[in-house]
Amino acid sequence: MLIPHPLLGPRDAQEFTYLGDAALLNRPDGMAADAQAAFNDYVYLRDNPAGVHRELWFHEQGDRSWVVVTRNTVTHEILGAELARDVALAAKAGAA
Amino acid sequence: MRLAGGLIDLGRTLRFTFDGKPYEGHPGDTLASALLANDVRLVGRSFKYHRPRGVFSAGSEEPNALVELRSGARREPNTRATVTELFDGLEAHSQNRWPSLSFDALAVNDLFADFLTAGFYYKTFMWPRALWEKLYEPAIRRAAGLGSLSMQPDPDAYDKGFLHCDLLVVGAGAAGLAAALTAARAGARVILADEDSRLGGRLLSESDRLDDAPAGEWITKAEAEFASLPNIRVMRRTTVFGAFDHGVYGAVERVSDHLAEPGAQVRQTLWRITAKRTILAAGATERHIPFRNNDRPGIILAGALRAYANRWAVSPARRVAIFTNNDDGHRTARDLLAKGVGVAAVVDSRADARATGDYRLIAGATVSGSKGRLGLTSIEVTHGGGTEWIACGALGVSGGWNPNVHLASHHRGRPIWDEALQTFLPGDDFPAGMVVAGAAAGQGGTAAAMASGAEAAVTALSALGIEAKRPTLPRAEDAAAGLQPLWHVPGKGRAWVDFQNDVTVKDVKLAYQENMRPVEHLKRWTTLGMATDQGKTANVTALAVMAELTGKSIPQTGTTIFRPPYTPVSLSVLGGGDSGAHFRPTRLTPSHEWAKAQGAVFVEVGQWMRAQYFPQAGETHWRQTVDREVLATRKGVGICDVTTLGKVDVQGADAAEFLDRLYCNAMKSLKVGMVRYGLMLREDGHAYDDGTCARLGEQHYVVTTTTAQAGPVYRHMEFARQCLWPELDVQLISTTDAWAQFSVAGPSARRLLERVVDGFDLSNEAFPFMACAGLTVCGGLRARLFRISFSGELAYEIAVPARYGNALMARLVERGADLGATPYGTEALGVMRIEKGHAAGNELNGQTTAQMLGMGRMVSAKKDAIGTVMTRREGLVAETRTLVGLQPVDPAEPVVAGSHLFAGDAAQNTETDQGWITSACYSPHLGSAIGLGLLANGAERLGEVIVAANPLQGQRVALRVVSPHFIDPEGERLRV
Amino acid sequence: MKFSGLRVFTEALRGHKGWKPLWRDPDPQPAYDYVIVGGGGHGLATAYYLATTFRKAKVAVLEKGWLGSGNIGRNTTIIRSNYLLPDNEPFYEFSMKLWEGLEQEFNFNAMVSQRGIVNLIHTDAQRDAYRRRGNAMLLAGADAELLDREQVRVMIPFLNFDNARFPIKGGLLQRRAGTARHDGVAWGYARGADMVGVDLIQNCEVTGFRIENGRVKGLETTRGHIGAGKVGVAVAGSTGRVMAGAGMRLPIESHVLQAFVSEGLKPTIPGVITFGAGHFYVSQSDKGGLVFGGDIDGYNSYAQRGNLPVVEDVAEGGMALMPMIGRARLLRIWGGIMDMSMDGSPIIDRTPVDGLYLNAGWCYGGFKATPASGYAFAHLLATDTPHDTARAYRLDRFQRGYVIDEKGVGAQPNLH
Repeated sequence: MLIPHPLLGPRDAQEFTYLGDAALLNRPDGMAADAQAAFNDYVYLRDNPAGVHRELWFHEQGDRSWVVVTRNTVTHEILGAELARDVALAAKAGAA
Repeated sequence: MRLAGGLIDLGRTLRFTFDGKPYEGHPGDTLASALLANDVRLVGRSFKYHRPRGVFSAGSEEPNALVELRSGARREPNTRATVTELFDGLEAHSQNRWPSLSFDALAVNDLFADFLTAGFYYKTFMWPRALWEKLYEPAIRRAAGLGSLSMQPDPDAYDKGFLHCDLLVVGAGAAGLAAALTAARAGARVILADEDSRLGGRLLSESDRLDDAPAGEWITKAEAEFASLPNIRVMRRTTVFGAFDHGVYGAVERVSDHLAEPGAQVRQTLWRITAKRTILAAGATERHIPFRNNDRPGIILAGALRAYANRWAVSPARRVAIFTNNDDGHRTARDLLAKGVGVAAVVDSRADARATGDYRLIAGATVSGSKGRLGLTSIEVTHGGGTEWIACGALGVSGGWNPNVHLASHHRGRPIWDEALQTFLPGDDFPAGMVVAGAAAGQGGTAAAMASGAEAAVTALSALGIEAKRPTLPRAEDAAAGLQPLWHVPGKGRAWVDFQNDVTVKDVKLAYQENMRPVEHLKRWTTLGMATDQGKTANVTALAVMAELTGKSIPQTGTTIFRPPYTPVSLSVLGGGDSGAHFRPTRLTPSHEWAKAQGAVFVEVGQWMRAQYFPQAGETHWRQTVDREVLATRKGVGICDVTTLGKVDVQGADAAEFLDRLYCNAMKSLKVGMVRYGLMLREDGHAYDDGTCARLGEQHYVVTTTTAQAGPVYRHMEFARQCLWPELDVQLISTTDAWAQFSVAGPSARRLLERVVDGFDLSNEAFPFMACAGLTVCGGLRARLFRISFSGELAYEIAVPARYGNALMARLVERGADLGATPYGTEALGVMRIEKGHAAGNELNGQTTAQMLGMGRMVSAKKDAIGTVMTRREGLVAETRTLVGLQPVDPAEPVVAGSHLFAGDAAQNTETDQGWITSACYSPHLGSAIGLGLLANGAERLGEVIVAANPLQGQRVALRVVSPHFIDPEGERLRV
Repeated sequence: MKFSGLRVFTEALRGHKGWKPLWRDPDPQPAYDYVIVGGGGHGLATAYYLATTFRKAKVAVLEKGWLGSGNIGRNTTIIRSNYLLPDNEPFYEFSMKLWEGLEQEFNFNAMVSQRGIVNLIHTDAQRDAYRRRGNAMLLAGADAELLDREQVRVMIPFLNFDNARFPIKGGLLQRRAGTARHDGVAWGYARGADMVGVDLIQNCEVTGFRIENGRVKGLETTRGHIGAGKVGVAVAGSTGRVMAGAGMRLPIESHVLQAFVSEGLKPTIPGVITFGAGHFYVSQSDKGGLVFGGDIDGYNSYAQRGNLPVVEDVAEGGMALMPMIGRARLLRIWGGIMDMSMDGSPIIDRTPVDGLYLNAGWCYGGFKATPASGYAFAHLLATDTPHDTARAYRLDRFQRGYVIDEKGVGAQPNLH
């Protein structure tokens, strides 16, 4: 597999470590009243789609960027990649 | 029989042996062609019935001619003689026979063939049950298998590499050469790979002329042009074996398999080729037509017969016959006649077939039987209602050609049936970036193949924005096949479909009868296609037979797809040499050389090699050494290299906030110049990792991790920084390898350090317990000092740039000689931490919580740190097992980690299990074994006597539950 | 039709004319009392035990492809009960006991072969952990033996004892562990279920659930609507896809695991061996192929195929552990889709939808569990109470904090 690193171009997937669904970017507020239910969803439940999946990869043997890769889990085709930091900042800006 | 001509260098002679008997061949021969030249037709035995078998093909699809090649540690079982290049001194042995190839005792299986039909073993050998492992299975296992391993380590070297290109061309036959020429001339970066030792593919085996000259001349010109171009890499003896994601292909280059020994070269190289576009021009494989007893040595694919005559100048016999359902069989007859081989008859199943040469044609006929125990002597021909026996030493069978679509279906895309060509062609669902050309795409004629190769290159490159011109291709002919399907010759007796695994038409019928009709059931029930040839000459034929039985069309019956690898790949080359001592990188600590010089014993800790203990003269047991190191440390001062602990530098305006969210305990309140123990949880509320967090400046921290988790924790911290809280102003870098760090522990630790620091006040008042500072040592060397203790003694950790680690270790031991300064290793480190009751890897095993480790109160409810919320779940709160100390009631008794804990008088089983011993050691301080354990309601059971059960080793020991802090529970030693 | 040596003999004499289909190919009836979704090992075993042990009639199995086409048809065939945690070990030991009588029970030789498994030990900490595990096994009534280096050397002399990056310091042996012929297991259960009237319906893909007032009423399939009293879903890697039809998100990710087989070789490897310092485990099939595997590829996938890095990693592990296999050749690579759960342990439970039951989360260890999984799932479907050994496999254990995490790696499926 090749991951199209947003800064470095295509890189061998062996340089990366996989984490999972990019929903892990959306950590709930631990001080909220419903925190426990929200964290159960966040930590344990997954959409697990057969198709387009946004997921987190860490460029461990490279520049140590976390990258959100959009990939089809049936064909393994990669549709895009963004820096996770940018995605997270945009989400926070949107939420604010 | 050797013929004239061919691509054989008759000027040189190569000697080889087969089953110990000496033979001669020539450069250009394969083992198979050389054996045929020496009139050796019997070369192997089949898997199940041990039927005598001969060479069946001229390529990598070979099902029969498998040998053990070479001897000693280089022995290579199941090697196809048809693709083994002959070298001087080659040694080969037949396999799967005993005592000899011509007399094989297990050929008795053939007599019992009626009992050994498809799937028979699923129906018997069930009673009595105990006999399966004792009798039936060992017998089956001995009889099964093919060749045998030498059981010695492979002595050869292997390598791996990466290649990148615009266009990968798989196969250097007519289509592949045309494609490569087109692309190379356009300036694209091209890789042309072929499994053969020569370029040309099927052209090498044909009598075709290109531009009215032998095809070889055109191939030579193409090779010369490739050699003149810098942008094409031609890879001979290279099999592209698998298509992986995103244009990555796996290929094996057999660098020196054609030599007696690799010498200084590697034997094979594993290439990972990343190609923007790929042209699959892998050609086609001929299929046969099953008839009664169609497996005798001498019965061979017609195209192979032709190849042996044209390329290798051999024929299996002086007089041959052909059995065909298409025009290609006639071509073989013509070529053989031209080479001076007698053609007894061409048996053509088509009633309207016409002879195209000077041979006897029997049209509308089939071959319906054969004779010859160890080699063909005659065939039975059925025509016009009667039968006739025709004497011949070889029979070429041609049932049409199957395109080699394998790589095209490695992404599980299914080939589609072409009714006109009566064959499967690649579907439209193949790996992204792939184009199929030539015979692999059903364009089997020479001119058509070349045109389709060139066209494919133009198409593939245009998608990359590279304009390629269609080359002027040589004049060539396209022979039409005119095939009329004949999938098997009906009749009694056994007709083989899959030769190696002995699957017959009868077996396919039985599978039908027993409702094992889906293709995958058929394959699994009969073992069709499961042999080393992966059914290259069998699968489509079997499918067609099944279709005939079900009355459905072939595509309705199913398709077969192929899995990597295209042909079998040695495990050595896949390992690529990363074995033995090179299996994983070895990391050495900064003081490694010094420790080695002291005679330290080292131990693997992950990738690290750490000093385990430092034996001295007269010490005969490791325990003596470790006890000495522990006592010396507790009495004077000990020094240990602790560099392997992970170190992460954390800086930024929000560093404090960041760390506060990362650790479950409070970190924001940590003052500059101080260190705090920190516990990280996973988001699921379980303990993750622990370490220290030192605040060197307002915006500057250094945190440590355990050795094992240094990588994962750093990744986790980057996740928190980039993904969870990108708004925080904080930066991280791992400095594990940048700083050498030593623990200096024991009552004399301060006195020793005073001798190396540059005027730094180490007094308890100026630098109290848990203080930290930057300073210089040894006359100006930058250093960091942390007053932290893992051993429970007055202790420091001192860090210097890694390259000074070895020198600092030596300096500390030397300066502390009068203080009894003693280097200690991981064993003593472990003993002292157990004596002190510190959790380490055995306790922080990912299954424990802060509460279990006695640190429940550290989890702050006032902040939203990672994992905090999930610690409040019912199951985590209800967990009562807590860390306790354990001491044997009888001090002579052992304490063994991994023992399970039970109430004193309880029955011992899963239900009554109350915990386990996590860590144990002999404590020289206490004079007995001690342990740490996780015990149900442990905190409330101090003083109770419980039982540690280790039934695995027959042990049962009474233990007293005590505080996990065996030494200095109040922590006074730390603070002096 | 009863299978036996005598039967094989007599059929051979009469030209094999008497062999009957192993199972029928019935058209689906309008409704069943019990519908099992998934004709793999677990689904077929469930149907078998429902119809035999629990004497339920009107049972059907719906399979989207051919019977046994899921992970039962693409695994490394290992059976063992060498688990650590009390929520797991009794269940797997129950499974092992079922294996031990299975072939006689369903009258089909699935080649259950108890040739033993050795988990190699390379560090002192690993020995402590294996001692804890071995004791847990013994306490649950299973068998286990702790071997030292020399005992391992006697048993498996060809391992790399002399030039290893990570020295072999011992091993944990379970003699009753071993292998079984994976397809044979599926076929044995299928035939056994068919003989007692279970309808095995192939080429029947479930496309949705009919749920009314919180209760499942039936299934929409590619072969029409099929009514159902109770529905049990046992579809492994397809769990996410199928259960999404009932509106459920689950603590499961689908990942690809590759497995490998070499060309056939004369007997080389006695039992099952697992490398403790790399990702590699191996056994040898009765046919002679070395069957081996390693880690999952590590990314979510439904593709039934993987990539080269894992192939290389596994080969490196194999070569590091037993360098004498170097001249053997890899014959075939295949991939299966694993239902990787969030704690590495399975789920056998009711769901929030009445009448809809779930059997999932087997990660890459489902094969060995086949008999017990089927039995326990049948027990749950038939009695609405969990089987004794499967009580912990609840869907709500994550929320409630009772995870069963053998590896101690937390909520990250690709690490289990």
